[in-house]
Amino acid sequence: MSDLSELTLTVLRYGFLILIWILVISVVSALRRDLVVGSKNRLGTPSARQARKHPELVEEAPARVTARTLVVTEGPLKGTTLDLASSPILLGRAQEATLVLEDDYASGRHARLFPQGSRWFIEDLGSTNGTFLAGSQLTRALPVDLGVPVRIGKTVIELRS
Amino acid sequence: MSDVLTVSKSRRNVEALLLVIALGVAISANLIVGLDKENPLDSAFWTQSGILAALALAFHIVLRFRAKYADPVILPIVIALNGIGLAMIYRIDLANDTTVAESQFLWTSVAMAASIAVLLVFKDHRMLRRFTYISLIASAVLLLLPLSPLGLEINGARIWINVGFGTFQPGEIAKITLAIFFAGYLSTNRDLILLAGKKVGPLQLPRFKDLAPMVVAWLVSIGVLIFQRDLGSSVLFFGLFMVMIYVATSRISWVLIGLLMIAAGGFAAIQLFSHVSLRIDSWINAFDPDVFNRQAGSSFQVVQGLFGLANGGLFGTGLGEGRPDLVIYANSDMIIAALGEELGLIGLFGIIMLFVLLVSRGIRTALGTRDGFGKLLACGLSFTIALQCFVVMGGVTRLIPLTGLTTPFMSAGGSSLLANWIIVAILLLISESARRPAVTGPMKDSFPDRQDFRAGNLTSGSKEVSA
Repeated sequence: MSDLSELTLTVLRYGFLILIWILVISVVSALRRDLVVGSKNRLGTPSARQARKHPELVEEAPARVTARTLVVTEGPLKGTTLDLASSPILLGRAQEATLVLEDDYASGRHARLFPQGSRWFIEDLGSTNGTFLAGSQLTRALPVDLGVPVRIGKTVIELRS
Repeated sequence: MSDVLTVSKSRRNVEALLLVIALGVAISANLIVGLDKENPLDSAFWTQSGILAALALAFHIVLRFRAKYADPVILPIVIALNGIGLAMIYRIDLANDTTVAESQFLWTSVAMAASIAVLLVFKDHRMLRRFTYISLIASAVLLLLPLSPLGLEINGARIWINVGFGTFQPGEIAKITLAIFFAGYLSTNRDLILLAGKKVGPLQLPRFKDLAPMVVAWLVSIGVLIFQRDLGSSVLFFGLFMVMIYVATSRISWVLIGLLMIAAGGFAAIQLFSHVSLRIDSWINAFDPDVFNRQAGSSFQVVQGLFGLANGGLFGTGLGEGRPDLVIYANSDMIIAALGEELGLIGLFGIIMLFVLLVSRGIRTALGTRDGFGKLLACGLSFTIALQCFVVMGGVTRLIPLTGLTTPFMSAGGSSLLANWIIVAILLLISESARRPAVTGPMKDSFPDRQDFRAGNLTSGSKEVSA
């Protein structure tokens, strides 16, 4: 250290602190560009800022009727109804399922129906034969609207108000 | 199950740029620390810098091929933290005439290689779900190993095993296997735990038999506390489970039950075990001369650390200019105090920011991924990093009693480095699946006309197999 001047050491000392913060700031700015939430939305809905400036852009959300019952419309349990509360529902052949399906084509833990916000979502739990929402197989959790059939094995269920 | 919108672009070029800055931080820290020596730019310096850069490059290239859409900031942050840690350990080596930095560097290389191997072996984090119950057994074995004849007792804590060429802390790996078990168990049994049980006022109490895993987690953490005398790991394991069950069920009643259980366990531990009560005493009465000077359970370490932090002030003394070596275990338990002394509040906050960003990227990964197992695992793993930082920094700054946990990526200790680098690999894998553009078509295609469905229903029925 003896051959290094006091000035060099001071420069190095503060320079290193600056370098750490350059890293922090560049990480944050990389993240800022990484997130496009709010600026341009896939569905073309206005961002919060646009909505504040131009209130006319915001459409009234359609009043949604919440689902109150689950009805089995096809399959061995046809006609069964189940009242929906605010807790998720497990569908499958297993005894602990909320709706025990006596259906050879359903898995033990087949699918789960859960509320989020004002809607109910259906999620496949890795079943053998898959869960079909309005005819297409689920690959992730999707919202279930009233009257849209959900097929599990030979059973078809629907949400009703 | 929220789908937060992310640009589905591979951000590997951004990662490359950030890696250059991160390597700049790591290598310049090492250089400044070595300025005291006769010849700071000796071959050892160049070899170490070269190997670190080469490993970072190799990691980056593996990511380009195997996890193209993985999060771009995790790797640079971890490289920077690891580099600063290496430099500080080397700096304390120079003061104490020890050679911890060499083995730490060796472990860094091993850990990075292991992390790359995890990326190469596992294509998808969902493969880990198959090991749900195997990882429970593995955790039990790992936690019991130090109590076997292989175990070693160092400073009253029996958490090490002798592996021939050195010591290893199996508990560090156990936190990963436990996280995998909890994620697998809770993602399968979540609704069962949620639905069953009586409702008492606003709280929904769980059924007794659903409490079993909770009791297991509590027994593990209390067992670690009693038999291995390791307060830090005990807090870590229990915190991990509490967070994962809260994230899985969003029931506050579980957290309350957990807190009550840990309070009861902690109270009993204070009454029964002298080492726990001494810890608490040296935390509350740290500046009492009797406590400071006594032989067992002295507050010397934490008070010296506080003096060091005070000496550092806002800008720090500069790397290599302070006296962090006056603190015992300055390169492991107290490395935050050492860094705070030499880099000051501003430098330490930069490091804390890096940890915060790392954890936030982990939580962001959990938000973005679509499967429940991945969400829980990413959340649990990033939380272990956060909790470890909290326990260490809280202990050093006397917010909570000091416990012997390692600062992730920084403290001297090979097992901790290895475990944390594997956590990084798993987080990168999960973030890859969270950010990869979905192969499914646009949303509206998944809602065809209801009549179509009726027709399709009849034809698809014959292809099914009985479940």
